[in-house]
Amino acid sequence: MKLRPLAARQVLGSLVWPILALAIILIFNAFFTPVMFKLEIKDSHLFGSLIDILNRAAPVMLMAIGMTLVIATGGIDISVGSMSAVSGSFTTVLLVVYGVPLAWAIVIGLVVVTMLGLWNGFMVSSIGVQPIVTTLIMWVLARGIATLFANGETILFENPRYEFIANGFLFGIPFPITIVAAVFAITQLLTRRTALGLFVESVGCNPVASRYSGVNVRAIKQTVYVFTAFLAGIAGLINTANIKVADVTRSGDGLELDAILAVVIGGTSMDGGKFSLTGTIIGAIVMQTLTTTILTNGVPVQVTRVIKALVVVFIILIQSETFHSQVRSLFRRRAHEA
Amino acid sequence: MKLKLDKKYVPIAATLAVAALLYLGVGVKYPNFLSLRVFVNFFRDNAFLGVIAIGMTLVIISGGIDLSVGSMIAFVGILCAQLITNLGVNPLLAFAIALLCGSLIGFLMGCLIQIYKAPPFIVTLAGMFFCRGLANVISLESIPIDNPLFIKILKFGIYLPGSIKVPTTVLAFLAVFVVFLYLMHYTKFGRNVYAIGGSSQSALLMGLRIGRTRILIYTLSGFLSSLAGIVYILNTPAGNSLAGVGIELDAIACVVIGGTLLTGGVGFLAGTFIGLLIQAIIKTFLTFSNLSTWWTKIAIGVLIMVFILLQRFFSQASSLMRTQAVVEFKNPRPDAAGRASTGAS
Repeated sequence: MKLRPLAARQVLGSLVWPILALAIILIFNAFFTPVMFKLEIKDSHLFGSLIDILNRAAPVMLMAIGMTLVIATGGIDISVGSMSAVSGSFTTVLLVVYGVPLAWAIVIGLVVVTMLGLWNGFMVSSIGVQPIVTTLIMWVLARGIATLFANGETILFENPRYEFIANGFLFGIPFPITIVAAVFAITQLLTRRTALGLFVESVGCNPVASRYSGVNVRAIKQTVYVFTAFLAGIAGLINTANIKVADVTRSGDGLELDAILAVVIGGTSMDGGKFSLTGTIIGAIVMQTLTTTILTNGVPVQVTRVIKALVVVFIILIQSETFHSQVRSLFRRRAHEA
Repeated sequence: MKLKLDKKYVPIAATLAVAALLYLGVGVKYPNFLSLRVFVNFFRDNAFLGVIAIGMTLVIISGGIDLSVGSMIAFVGILCAQLITNLGVNPLLAFAIALLCGSLIGFLMGCLIQIYKAPPFIVTLAGMFFCRGLANVISLESIPIDNPLFIKILKFGIYLPGSIKVPTTVLAFLAVFVVFLYLMHYTKFGRNVYAIGGSSQSALLMGLRIGRTRILIYTLSGFLSSLAGIVYILNTPAGNSLAGVGIELDAIACVVIGGTLLTGGVGFLAGTFIGLLIQAIIKTFLTFSNLSTWWTKIAIGVLIMVFILLQRFFSQASSLMRTQAVVEFKNPRPDAAGRASTGAS
């Protein structure tokens, strides 16, 4: 494996694929569903399909930002969907059943989710259990905790301040987009303007060498899982506030694949060692645009899972060295024959 | 006289002791629990889980993982139900089609893992969504099956003394178990599986056909999970696209509790059998005491963690005797070992 220095050209180069994918879907829409590009300002609020896509992508974007860092360290977190159900369940139950003030309910919900992330991180970094197994356990455990806390019921609520998290506007922009922008800016600053990003990449490249050169591998791994859990918690609040129901069995179900897809489409390698947060954001937009396109063209919802699975297979092939050489030899053979 | 146990049998002996303690412990609280009928029911209720756990054991010993098993149960179940009830296909033909589809999906996943060097968990995660999606596409509603031949197969059984029926599903599980016990311990294929899990690199250098074996492992896992799907509909007599959610964790739990190392190369099918028994005891106990099924999930999650921690403890204690170099050779960089999903090191 060659060591590749991160030149600016290469960083930009890695963004070519996700941008191209987005462009293809948008061009498709320009022909078949031009309504999608209509933007308007109503009561000084921005409205339109494109804004809607961003807004709907917000929970996945948040999870995917955390997932990017986890994957960059060579790990994976498939419990994000279930963990997002935990924050929704705790906050809503505390608010509705126990009458806890909203701010405290949100804080407690997020703290509980963060504790789950702490456990994930502990198992992976200190005990050395494979990330896939640790988070698979959490995938089931978190959903169980969410269900038991809500007593297995779906809880409806009416609370304008809670709903603001999903449906409110800040400076004319939907609030979830503001949250994502803030989280993205902070993460980007921390990872690219400090050495943290480099540490994350070095842990993903070679944990043993990183340890010998003085990087605290455990702390880095621990941190990324906690961070991901926290972001999944916020995503869960947005999801719950959006539909005004804490649906513990379905909230966040299957979002882990969307988040992983967003990361991988964005050019972050599944092997770890390098990441691109900007790519991830574009990847999440690609995923949501794809879903919206599928739905607006009248394809049943059930099919989206099949299509997403096929997209994963396609990406696996694109990332594979063997596939590259197979394609290359195919073209070479053609050239010889001609 | 000194009773000496070979070191590789220690985890399985510990598991057996835990199973016996649990069984007797629950038996003290609920005397009915110790009856032969309840014991047979352990297997009747968990036959499908047992069948996928056998496939999962192979996959995990080879150093991989298969997350698609639960969705495969749903897909195969609803496919059979659709074929039998709505299209009037002979049940046996429907079963054959289902087994073929399952093996084909397993084969394709194996190819992606072996030829294109993709991490098993990503490939099988995609397989999980693919199968669940297909199941949803076939039908969102549950489809009941009342074909006479199907009911005949379902009603078949061998009677034990005390008129206790051992149904088809349990017989199928036991047959599969015996066949795979033979495959794993008495054939070249079985030894290859262990060799790949121990060190894929060395196996290759020894001239073993690791590519063929690895693809065969995932094909067999696909075959077994589709067989589990058939066993599942024989239990419920209906196909349901929501069947088997989270079953992959239960299967992994059976394997891990049975003493198989998640890093591959070490483990026994017999251990998985005991792991299944432990889960069955816990599930039946929770039903006896009227607790929410989510408690089962949580109990199994906690149990799996305890066993992993114990395994870590044992393997660390034994690896202290070896040199550091050996340890690092066995845990190479994640990008090289990503294939074996050993991201942590």
